[in-house]
Amino acid sequence: MLFRTRKIYKLSPLKRYYSNKTTHSNKWQTVVGLEVHAQINSVSKLFSGASTKFSSPVNTNVDLFDGAIPGTLPVLNKRCVEAGVLTALALNCRVSPVSLFDRKHYFYADMPAGYQITQQRLPLAVDGELQFQVYTPGVHKTPYKAKVRIKQLQLEQDSGKSIHDTHVTLVDLNRAGVPLIELVFDPDLKDGEEAAALVKELIHILRRINTCSCKMEEGALRVDANVSINRKGEALGTRTELKNIGSVRGVAAAVKYEIERQIKVKESGGAVVNETRAWDSVAKRTVVMRDKEVVQDYRFMPEPNLPPLCVAMGPVKQGTVNADELKAAIPELPEQIRQRLQGEVGLSAEHSIILVNDFCLLSIFEEALQKRRIDAKLLANVLLNDLNTILNKKNLEPEHIKCEADYFGEAIDLLQNGKINRTTLRIILEEVILDASTRPTKLVEEWGLFQISDERELRKLCEEVLGENEKVVKAYKLGKVKAFKALMGAVAAKTKNRADMAKCDAILKELVGNK
Amino acid sequence: MDKVLYGNIKMTSRLLVEGSINTIDLINLSLKKAVENKKYNPFITVTQSEALQHSEDSCKRYISKGAKSELDGIPIAIKDNFCTRNIRTTCASKMLENFIPTYNATVCQRLFDAGAVLIGKTNLDQFAMGSGTVDSIYGPTKNVWIGNLKEGFYISGGSSGGSAVAVATGTCFAAIGSDTGGSTRNPASYCGVVGLKPTYGLVSRLGLIPLVNSMDVPGILTRTVDDCVIVLNTIAGFDPKDSTSVNRPFKKIRLPPANKLSIKNLKIGIPLEYHCDSLSSEVLDTWNDIAQLLEKEGAIVKKVSMPHTQYSIVCYSILNQCEVSSNMARYDGIEFGFRANEESSTEKLYAETRKIGFNEVVRNRIIAGNYFLLSRNYDKYFTKAMKVRRLIANDFDNVWNEVQMLLTPTTLGDAPLYKDFISKNNRDQCALQDYCTQPVNMAGVPAVSIPIKLSQKGLPLSLQLIGRNFSEPMLLALAKYIENIVQFPHFVNKF
Repeated sequence: MLFRTRKIYKLSPLKRYYSNKTTHSNKWQTVVGLEVHAQINSVSKLFSGASTKFSSPVNTNVDLFDGAIPGTLPVLNKRCVEAGVLTALALNCRVSPVSLFDRKHYFYADMPAGYQITQQRLPLAVDGELQFQVYTPGVHKTPYKAKVRIKQLQLEQDSGKSIHDTHVTLVDLNRAGVPLIELVFDPDLKDGEEAAALVKELIHILRRINTCSCKMEEGALRVDANVSINRKGEALGTRTELKNIGSVRGVAAAVKYEIERQIKVKESGGAVVNETRAWDSVAKRTVVMRDKEVVQDYRFMPEPNLPPLCVAMGPVKQGTVNADELKAAIPELPEQIRQRLQGEVGLSAEHSIILVNDFCLLSIFEEALQKRRIDAKLLANVLLNDLNTILNKKNLEPEHIKCEADYFGEAIDLLQNGKINRTTLRIILEEVILDASTRPTKLVEEWGLFQISDERELRKLCEEVLGENEKVVKAYKLGKVKAFKALMGAVAAKTKNRADMAKCDAILKELVGNK
Repeated sequence: MDKVLYGNIKMTSRLLVEGSINTIDLINLSLKKAVENKKYNPFITVTQSEALQHSEDSCKRYISKGAKSELDGIPIAIKDNFCTRNIRTTCASKMLENFIPTYNATVCQRLFDAGAVLIGKTNLDQFAMGSGTVDSIYGPTKNVWIGNLKEGFYISGGSSGGSAVAVATGTCFAAIGSDTGGSTRNPASYCGVVGLKPTYGLVSRLGLIPLVNSMDVPGILTRTVDDCVIVLNTIAGFDPKDSTSVNRPFKKIRLPPANKLSIKNLKIGIPLEYHCDSLSSEVLDTWNDIAQLLEKEGAIVKKVSMPHTQYSIVCYSILNQCEVSSNMARYDGIEFGFRANEESSTEKLYAETRKIGFNEVVRNRIIAGNYFLLSRNYDKYFTKAMKVRRLIANDFDNVWNEVQMLLTPTTLGDAPLYKDFISKNNRDQCALQDYCTQPVNMAGVPAVSIPIKLSQKGLPLSLQLIGRNFSEPMLLALAKYIENIVQFPHFVNKF
């Protein structure tokens, strides 16, 4: 297990990294499409009453239906329909007033019925569109907007799990019949960063509307990518399908690797084969999983045990769920939040993107602003820089923060009003995020960390520093500008970082000039 | 006492309430009959110990005046393709020879809740694929009307042949069958009992091991229409566990006494297309006689046309095989049922299991169905068959503008001899046997077969009444009316 480090966002001035996009981009066009399986947040399975609890003991979340015991019938879980429709609406899809379920046949030990119930012919929703921001600090200079179309959104069952041993294969049906939303995106993306940004946006949305936990490590969100390249002006190339991608950064890396691999293959005169490749996140490469030479005929057939799924909307009030009511209950979505943060709150595009990327920080930000009138930009800056530095140092996640949002507000208040300086702020934050027993103001008081802002006191301090550092003063006077910094440092050290350094700067300059 | 079993449910229930008989004696009698009638092979499993236990429970209820219903203590039989908790449910197949379900089909549960006592699971064609009850790993079920011939025996019809024979012999009062293309009505017709195929969606399919989900319905076999009504009232109605069961309250059917019924001005249609080439003259005559009789009794009998009837059987066959191929995919030897001794690979295990576990009829239908469902064939066969299915349903919709009920043959003749029956293969035989019954399943409408008279050979001849969706009250009223007039000489009345 590698340690994950949080990115620290130095934003002002922005680091002038250049895009690491392949230099072949003039010659090659890249086409990337995603297929995402999102496990619906539901207590029970799509067609049975069995639990969906993760990591339950083997074969305990299994209803008779999940084992395909003869005579059992599917009963559609209403919560899953709600989640499906909600997701469709959040992704601007056209919800089908009537959709159908189909059987997709293939033999597999962990699929007891010999078919999967899915929605192939008439899915729950079609024709969606999602706009999202592509911005990876260090990769992109500035954020840019991308757009992807959603071909279809369907409800379907998950399969079970086969566990292969040397001589036997064991089957765990806990996952069999777990509800999934399958999202098929049009191949509108051009590289791994866009693909990762799309997945990230999708995660924000699904978490926001609570239809999927999006825990990729639990398999709750599975991303397959289709990648092809072609020379500009030529027809689309043969595509490969990438599976086994376990994280958002994995999406970016896998697609990037695959594009480069395909370019290498083609430039050395080879041909890309239509195959499924697995992403090896340790070796950082894709490897062949299976080729698609044998085309499976799934012998789709309408599922006769389920009547058409009707969704009420507009004048039609009859349906399993009501799309209009669900639409009204959709909370503010990430893109809307970013717009608001930029427009109403006045944050930069970068800040708003990064804040929305971290839901936990975002809620701290929003709550803190609600509680008291403080400088929003300063707050954002503190959260994204100072706080992140601390979290990184302590190897913590924002989820681990114990204090309420107003502790940050209070600390910012102190900073804004000159009661403390930025260094003290960091010391305070470092304390309160893990021990919220004392509020920031009280803490500053107890630890005697109030900033020294009194002119006379500062002047006295500065005079003392000058007296103690005559050599430095001399050097400065001889034109060594850097020496001034040393003097400032000495003041800071003497006051244990409590001095109002802006004031000290003026005082020192005045005093040195006087000498 | 023996004769009690030959009576009807209402009368028996009264005797039980009065205390002139008790359920323990009644069930013992029924089990004795099951042994006597073993020669006809109606049962795969006789549930003796369970039946005795339940008869004792029922007896106590009667003593404490707490009988659950008219069916309390009444012996019944259930086709062996309905799941019964802790009682093996074989579908007459090797595949499920040792399959013991852990749950009751809704139909079974409702009967048990009403106090009915299961005496046995009845024989059928393997997975209900057939119309003779000849393709069972437990051997064929024989017709009871004429026995001991040097030419062999007459078939019971099928696939619910075991249920029909159990009822015809008076081993029990009622039996549950299933009806996908005529599997309840066909053996009812050949065995001389009442066979009801309810409207699709009126009775839950949960626990009925499926043949064709979109056509299967639990069926009821009894000797009288009144008994049929009692059973239907017990098992019909919405089941949240079957998404295709109709979500509306079921109003219990109450039929007046036969002499209070009138069929004045009732419009009855005679669909010309049901008069096919293979129709026997005896059935045709019976059909004519009853049509005339009904007219004489005041009904308006008219000829109607249902132009797509002749295309129904081939479409039925395609849809049947498609769903069969899909439904049978679960029998892979992994989770339940038979597993072949083959461990070289998972694929070989599937193949060997399915080769041994299914008979040829089942395997053929699976192969044909998979062929029809291939993406290159789907439109040519499945979609087209669905379109024709719609036309057939439309035929029924249209005909209800003219008439309220249809009178047709159930089967094209009386019961065939076993050796004649098996001279044709299963597919050709079904095409003949199901000709008049399967359009009803394609459309979902209810139908009932009622015995009319005996043929010259001494075998039952029956006719079918078909009504619009959920018209069971009217359908069964007319059936009762006809039953009262024709006074069919039931097999049990021979004794």
